[in-house]
Amino acid sequence: MTKQSTVLRGVRPYGEDVVDIVIRAGVISEIVKAGSGAGQVIDAGELIALPGFVDLHTHLREPGREDAETIETGSRAAALGGFTAVFAMANTSPVADTAGVVEQVWHLGQETGLVDVFPVGAVTVGLGGEQLAELGAMATSAAQVRVFSDDGKCVHDAAIMRRALEYVKAFDGVIAQHAQEPRLTVDAQMNEGLLSGQLGLTGWPGAAEESIVARDVLLAEHVDSRLHVCHVSTAGSVEVIKWAKARGIKVTAEVTPHHLLLTEDLVATYDPVYKVNPPLRTSADVIALRAALAAGTIDAIATDHAPHPHEDKDCEWAAAAFGMLGLQTAFSIAVLTMINSGLLDWRTLADRLSVRPARIGHAVGHGHDLVVGAPANIAVVDPAASWVVEPATFASKSRNSPYSGMTLPGRVVHVFKSGEASVTGGSTTC
Amino acid sequence: MRHLLSAGDLDVDAACLILDTAAQLASVTDRSVKKLPTLRGRTVVNLFFEDSTRTRISFEIAAKRLSADVINFAAKGSSVSKGESLKDTALTLEAMGADAVVIRHSSSGAPHRLATAGWIQGSVVNAGDGTHEHPTQALLDAFTLRHHLRAGTGDLAGLRVAIVGDILHSRVARSNVLLLRTLGAQVTVIAPPTLLPYGVNDWPCAVSYDLDDVLPHVDAVMMLRVQAERMHAAYIPSVNEYSRRYGLDICRLGLLPPHAIVLHPGPMNRGMEISADVADSARAVMVEQVTNGVSIRMAVLYLLLGGMTDEDRKDL
Repeated sequence: MTKQSTVLRGVRPYGEDVVDIVIRAGVISEIVKAGSGAGQVIDAGELIALPGFVDLHTHLREPGREDAETIETGSRAAALGGFTAVFAMANTSPVADTAGVVEQVWHLGQETGLVDVFPVGAVTVGLGGEQLAELGAMATSAAQVRVFSDDGKCVHDAAIMRRALEYVKAFDGVIAQHAQEPRLTVDAQMNEGLLSGQLGLTGWPGAAEESIVARDVLLAEHVDSRLHVCHVSTAGSVEVIKWAKARGIKVTAEVTPHHLLLTEDLVATYDPVYKVNPPLRTSADVIALRAALAAGTIDAIATDHAPHPHEDKDCEWAAAAFGMLGLQTAFSIAVLTMINSGLLDWRTLADRLSVRPARIGHAVGHGHDLVVGAPANIAVVDPAASWVVEPATFASKSRNSPYSGMTLPGRVVHVFKSGEASVTGGSTTC
Repeated sequence: MRHLLSAGDLDVDAACLILDTAAQLASVTDRSVKKLPTLRGRTVVNLFFEDSTRTRISFEIAAKRLSADVINFAAKGSSVSKGESLKDTALTLEAMGADAVVIRHSSSGAPHRLATAGWIQGSVVNAGDGTHEHPTQALLDAFTLRHHLRAGTGDLAGLRVAIVGDILHSRVARSNVLLLRTLGAQVTVIAPPTLLPYGVNDWPCAVSYDLDDVLPHVDAVMMLRVQAERMHAAYIPSVNEYSRRYGLDICRLGLLPPHAIVLHPGPMNRGMEISADVADSARAVMVEQVTNGVSIRMAVLYLLLGGMTDEDRKDL
């Protein structure tokens, strides 16, 4: 950690008054009148400063699928997207269901150093849904795992889910559920509706998500534990979560950028870049999800960044893999859907992109407000910029972005992670 | 028209053009020398990822009667089973100079992907994709209906057609609902609710769960194949129950108006959706459907690969 001070000259925290933010020894040491801060100057040109973003849901693919992404390339993509911390899902090969694997992921993240990579531990051995993984060992490992998920698969057995919720109370863990009733979604390819019937693609009914969310909030209430609902995709799930929160149930939820913007109509192209799980839903769902994020019923934006090699998308629909890239476009999609629509302001967006996800996942050192003494995890963004999405230029190893060719608003310019610049002028520093 | 991917892509003029062309080309089939020189030097590839001897042979005969070179490419399995990918297969066919690819695939949308992904330049004909569409089947059904009930010309305005069976999994039903509607017919789909797609009430057709209710009011009934395996996923309680409620037996045949005809895309499950005596009755037109299938496929290839020249007209 450098001893020298860095001054973010002329920056607007949360889009408010222009100040200098002085960073020293990894923390915000001073917030002073613009032009008066002393140290090595980075001219922020009146751009907006936000707390570094925290992504509760990424797939960094390492170990096992380094052809799609590595912790290094995923960290780079995350930093460029304004993130200072990401949670890496457990569906790697081998599965992150032991202390050994989560420690490996943790160490690889630290070596790269661009973001803090918090490994998510599997709930069940091999994501098999039958036997609890050694959750305690992962919690007490160097990785200090607090978020457990079989993401990609649903912990569908109600008894296993109940036990998992109970067990993680010992270390204030949280079960992040991929809510998908498996029997209702056998071979499911897209949202079940008029369009799935017309396209002849097997439907993934919203009820398959909502029924699991409903079951899980009741279980969380019964055992008084913490449930987090991954990638909420339907208006019906929002209603259930709203009801549960009103009852005081300890449930939190996330929504992906793509579910805030894209709808199932894109599937009519049969282009697998739009194939994702849970599937793209209807415009009514998109409206409900935006409103729920604005109201705080949904706590966080999480990318579900899911890199896949080209051949797994350059094929017919049924053969293609589920998933979309998200890290380098999440901020712009948030601006497009939440800021430009007036649903969130910069402070509340920071709450959904940083403060709440950090709290849910116990991302130590992240999600602090921009105040003196807080760890210097900061994203400096240009709300007025716009850019054309060119997946070929992404830091991610994969190219499966559904936004290719779109012009998006907002750009991440500088990022500081623990006081060190990870991104300057839109490029990573190492 | 460059490709034939969905019956929904055809407007009434395009559909009637295909039917009229098929009617003209049908005369070739009646000659001793059943061949036209139209597609000489053109290559048609039958790319079948799913077994379907009937449809493949129908396309093969159609192309050969137009003097095209026909390559049958039976690609067992697909990229799903880690064989060669659809893309690599397409690139191979493109490199070999295929003018048209007739594709049958178990994945809905595979023909659409083949036509739009930029892998090949030639025309793509959908010969059945997953549970999506089978447009040439709908065209041959329309041709058969027109021949019997509309004196072989014009559209099908006012014609009442019932489609009975596994609508949920049927590409034949999807293409027929779209095409028959375009041609002015009134379609009713009939099935147990489990075998109707979600959202079917918004389809351009009527929906009924009761076959006996509908039969007295139609000019034609199209029975679809129902796989006995559907009972394992609880779509139907048993084959017998399905047959009792939705099978066309000789008693139900009596409910139809005297002029009404019975169609089936084949292959039939005799004793399941249709009884043997109905299948063999004078009302059943399945054999004609097969014959008409060749004419329709000739017309489609003809129109996609060059259209009709004056010389062709003279030749007819």
